Amino acid sequence: MLTRRIIPCLDVRDGRVVKGVRFQGLRDAGDPAELAARYEAEGADEITLLDVSATPEGRATAADTVAQVRRVLGIPLSVGGGVREVADAARLLDAGADKIGLNTAAVLRPELLSECAERFGSQCVVVAIDAARVSGGLFAWEVRIRSGAEATPIDAIAWARRAEAMGAGEVLLTSWDRDGTRCGYDLELTRAVSSAVRIPVIASGGAARSEHLLAAIDAGADAVLAASIFHDGEFTVAGVKRFLSKRGVEVRT
Amino acid sequence: MNTLETRPEVAIVRTGSANIASVSAALTRLGAVPRITDEPDLVREAAIAVLPGVGAFGAAMARLRARGLDEAIRDRVRDERPLLAICLGMQLLCDSSDESPGVAGLGIVPAHVGRFACDERVPQMGWNRIDPSDDCALLEPAWMYFAHSFRVERVGCGAGIATSSYGGSFVSALERGTLLACQFHPELSGTSGLALMRRWMARATAKAVAPC
Repeated sequence: MLTRRIIPCLDVRDGRVVKGVRFQGLRDAGDPAELAARYEAEGADEITLLDVSATPEGRATAADTVAQVRRVLGIPLSVGGGVREVADAARLLDAGADKIGLNTAAVLRPELLSECAERFGSQCVVVAIDAARVSGGLFAWEVRIRSGAEATPIDAIAWARRAEAMGAGEVLLTSWDRDGTRCGYDLELTRAVSSAVRIPVIASGGAARSEHLLAAIDAGADAVLAASIFHDGEFTVAGVKRFLSKRGVEVRT
Repeated sequence: MNTLETRPEVAIVRTGSANIASVSAALTRLGAVPRITDEPDLVREAAIAVLPGVGAFGAAMARLRARGLDEAIRDRVRDERPLLAICLGMQLLCDSSDESPGVAGLGIVPAHVGRFACDERVPQMGWNRIDPSDDCALLEPAWMYFAHSFRVERVGCGAGIATSSYGGSFVSALERGTLLACQFHPELSGTSGLALMRRWMARATAKAVAPC
């Protein structure tokens, strides 16, 4: 039986793991390779690395960081942030990524998803969706781009479906409203997207306790992503898995 | 001590767009020296070889044929030289696939690769148990990492197989001597995957240094 995945996320800027609410007020949280290796040893099922560098110089270091993580990491590595074209994806895959997250560039030009899927296979292509609640509109969540800074008139649920049709093999679904708030995942959003697509869905944004991860899984998430709760040493992956396992969730032990 | 025993060179078949970095990293961790190649002679003769592969069945077969690598791999397996085939690499060993109807595979394993016929999410993405048959020497029960949309439902030959369950049983690995084919990614399966690769490498190097 396929297990639910626990995915620690490393937000990396200029080669260092950082943390902060919505990428504001960033604090250093350590070395990417060191943290990745620690999480694998704790039982992480996969690592996501998001490059949040603000400058081209910072971006240029992303492939080096990926290579350093790959050297020590024996579990899957998904990498996103700043991927604009197929060549960017190829560079990160060559450096050691197993999956590539596409966000803003795919919203602006959805064909990028099919180009990557044709070249690398759908299992390599993750559509990363930043979704924000809207009120009074025709739909409940809009897609945000450029690290959430820019709103679009696109329905997040419809975009997830379209991305699947274009060849995405997985959805990394981040609630823009919940990200960094520690109030738990947006469960309605998780439920809506999980039932709209047949590809796996990773819930992201807002986790602060094991109960939050359990709730997202109950809402249909195939995997749950969290960053700060693991970086702070507040929770270990192993501890979270014990919690989930006791409540009947199949996890890899 | 023979250098082959201490730091064996392993040929990784360049199939085109496969992300080879993870395979390379795992082999390096095992103390091997990975060498990425699309030279048919090297693929045929190398003491140890890995056939990785992601992407589509038809496109990968076309690339293998264009370089004459299909014949090289067939010769290699016929001559019982060690080969580890991973994910799409395992599927390429079969006769045909639903992914690319009408395209002939390498025909080394008498099997057809089918689409998942179930309500489960596709691709299967994540960790699943493998359950080896009693005649397996390399495969052991373990959690392994999978990322695939197609799978072999059954094989018709007398190989040791491991099965896994995802909306029904499928063949998650098979072994025959020093041929090991895995639908999962041992190079991404943490310590259990690395242990499997180590067992295979030990058997492969033992064979490679044995007198002809």
